[in-house]
Amino acid sequence: MAVGTIKDQTAVVGMGCVKFGENWEQSASDMMIDAAYEAYEDAGIEPKDIEAVWFGSTQIALGEPLAYNLKLDYKPVTRIENLCATATDAFRNACFAVAAGMYDVVMALGCEKLKDTGHGGLGGGGGGAPGTMLMVPSGGPFTAFSRMANRYMEHYGWTYEEFKPILAKIAVKNHYNGSLNPKAHFQMAITEEQAINAPMMAWPLGLYDCCGVSDGSAAAIITRADMAKSFRDDYTLVKGVGLAVGSRQGWLQQSYDMVHMEETIRAAQQAYEQAGIKDPYKEIDLAEVHDCFSITELVIMEDLGFAPRGGAPEYVKEGRFQLDGDLAVNPDGGLKSFGHPIGASGLRMLYEIYKQMQGKAGPRQRKNPTLGLTHNFGLNPGSGVGSVTIIGQRD
Amino acid sequence: MVGIVSYGAYVPLRRLGKGTQGWRSPNEKAVAYYDEDSMTMAVAAAIDCLGDMDRETVDGLYFASTTGPYKEKLSATTAACAVDLRRDILTADCVDSLRAGTGALRMAADTVKAGSAKKLMVTASDCRLAAPGSNLDQIFGDGAAALLIGDSDVIASLEASYSVSNELFDFWRVDTGKFVRTWEDRWVQEEGYLKVIPQVVGEFYKKYNLSPKDITKVALYGNNQRRHGQTVKKLGLEPEQVQEPFFTTMGNTGTAYALMQLVAALEDAKPGDKILCVGYGDGADVLLFQVTDAITNYTPRRGMKTHLAAKTIFPSYQQYFGFHHEGRDPDAGGGPSASALAREVPDIYPLRGTKCRKCGTVQYPPQRVCTNCHTKDEMDSFRLSDKRAKIFTRVLDYAAPVPGYEMPAVDLLIDWECGGRANFSLTDKKPNLEDIPMGMEVEMTFRKLLAGGGIHHYWWKAMPIRESWQEKEDN
Repeated sequence: MAVGTIKDQTAVVGMGCVKFGENWEQSASDMMIDAAYEAYEDAGIEPKDIEAVWFGSTQIALGEPLAYNLKLDYKPVTRIENLCATATDAFRNACFAVAAGMYDVVMALGCEKLKDTGHGGLGGGGGGAPGTMLMVPSGGPFTAFSRMANRYMEHYGWTYEEFKPILAKIAVKNHYNGSLNPKAHFQMAITEEQAINAPMMAWPLGLYDCCGVSDGSAAAIITRADMAKSFRDDYTLVKGVGLAVGSRQGWLQQSYDMVHMEETIRAAQQAYEQAGIKDPYKEIDLAEVHDCFSITELVIMEDLGFAPRGGAPEYVKEGRFQLDGDLAVNPDGGLKSFGHPIGASGLRMLYEIYKQMQGKAGPRQRKNPTLGLTHNFGLNPGSGVGSVTIIGQRD
Repeated sequence: MVGIVSYGAYVPLRRLGKGTQGWRSPNEKAVAYYDEDSMTMAVAAAIDCLGDMDRETVDGLYFASTTGPYKEKLSATTAACAVDLRRDILTADCVDSLRAGTGALRMAADTVKAGSAKKLMVTASDCRLAAPGSNLDQIFGDGAAALLIGDSDVIASLEASYSVSNELFDFWRVDTGKFVRTWEDRWVQEEGYLKVIPQVVGEFYKKYNLSPKDITKVALYGNNQRRHGQTVKKLGLEPEQVQEPFFTTMGNTGTAYALMQLVAALEDAKPGDKILCVGYGDGADVLLFQVTDAITNYTPRRGMKTHLAAKTIFPSYQQYFGFHHEGRDPDAGGGPSASALAREVPDIYPLRGTKCRKCGTVQYPPQRVCTNCHTKDEMDSFRLSDKRAKIFTRVLDYAAPVPGYEMPAVDLLIDWECGGRANFSLTDKKPNLEDIPMGMEVEMTFRKLLAGGGIHHYWWKAMPIRESWQEKEDN
């Protein structure tokens, strides 16, 4: 069985990202066009230079609208859906096509227009009648991730009074980072008291433990690594891509402990192996991870090897994942500040890593980052889609 | 010998009583919760009745009620499916009359006598509505009874039966109406119930050459406590000959009422006892049972005793009234797909998962490829509705699609004692998180989810073991 590596075969030479938010005045078409043209301009290319596109969206179930909006005459367009890893998987497949030698210049673009659906949250659950695939009896994603929070507290013996401030610190950190980001949906800092006292959604998760819902789009131009220099000097290199899809083992089998997400661990193993990463906490400078809920970010820290098992709360308390910490996590503000337009989030994360590598992250800029990571987790603890992508500075 | 093989009952957990704001009656009444109806109560009573008996041996189910879920659609099939009976069975609904319960009981006995079935389940359940705050509203309660009728191993044999048909508008509900109507009370009682019952019981005695002294106990339908008492006197019965009718603790449960009293009488019965069951409505049914020696070895069910003792007082009459007027657009969630339901119902209603023949792993929902050993299509269907489970994790959900009085909803992952893990809501829950600890034991209960698309959505929820409510104080 040959599992290869993507390391140093493809490069990102241009990116675009719209301002995320309740973009009432923008259609999905508008956001796609804005993200694509910012990426074209950044890469210094014309639309006609694009040879193929991978388009990520969960709500827009077709690839053709992208070709129509961007007028990519007769170019191959493939639409990809992979839950919360949708945009990352579009990027992953685009990289594979370039590495295979099929194309020299391609685009991955993610777009989601959630605010036209009439839902205040991410949806899901809601009745769960017989005759539906999932038969989920109640609640939405916050219910599913609260299950994990309840398990985590039980497993490690945390009381609510001790645990809630840990979760609050994660929300405070991400909101602070978002307050420095003009493209974020919520550009405001919050206090720990605000986070702790916010209305309860699904105990112990309150309003500020949950990410928002927004519209957004982001795009990346990908080329062969050996061609990258002809586009720009400060390109970034793809070091590893990992993707793991659960088979609902954790929903079906009693052995699952619900204090980890196996899909994240497996995806990270794949990506770390390709990138040659041995000690992720030491080697990685910054990570954009899937903080759909504060508890998710906490557990991700352990799943990615950024903290020992059960040790993430201590690391959070010590501020190790702050913008000026050992390993900045969600320096752009994360899903907490950007909301989660599902099919766009993965490329929005990549946009921050790319800009940080180029030293263009403004007030959020880390000192000389060389290795960054993006991570998504889709569906619910117990089963889902995990994706990890490693991006490095040019050699 | 044809008679009763087993009995069961269901009384909803919630009661209106002292402590219910806005409740004017000195009595308690049992009320079906927002996720309960005549269907779910019938299923609960039937499962109570069956205990650990082999469900494959049941040849039919009669569903009796004036408040079934559909005007056109058999309820007995839904109940039989949820109870997990065979497919090649007799199913029929006995509906639209207070007397449907005793009528179904007599029909079941006749069916068994005729040789059409060896064992037949009779369920009777009702949750009748009267105008809010009316006298009838204070009298009506909700509940269900189930009796398994068979031709062998009976705990009480049916000795005689007698019925009279009497066309009369004393209590009725028009086809488009929500509330039960009645006529001027003195006429209704004196020309109806108080006149008909003594007449019919007298004719029965005469026909079978019996007198009140021959009867050990009477399970007598009563419109209300006062009229029930007057009729007892007219029948010449001593107080110890009368089954306590639960007017003050449960209320008049309509079609199920006489049968629930019969269940209660059987709970205290000794071999040789003669129990008379009298149903009323558009006439009357009289059925005489004689208790056999088999009752000494019979394992008592939850029946009336446990179900009456396990209770909690609902705090608000206004919220109770909301049970029947959902505070949301009933079609907001859309309806289920009829074709998908047809495909999945055989697994959903009886709550069947699969068990891998190779590695023994129990899994829900049913799987074709084993989650553990990955063997394909080597699965046995496996019933989970009668298995107990422990809470693996639980969530207090403040934004779940449930009525406000149910907030916060409780979402669970449960681990069944037999293996298998699944996601269910917790119903009939206690109010505080401390009352729902990790590892708490739960059992499964057939309930109604919020409706959409004109189809009642029935599925299973988890609930605390019913007996755990018995010690609880009223408030």
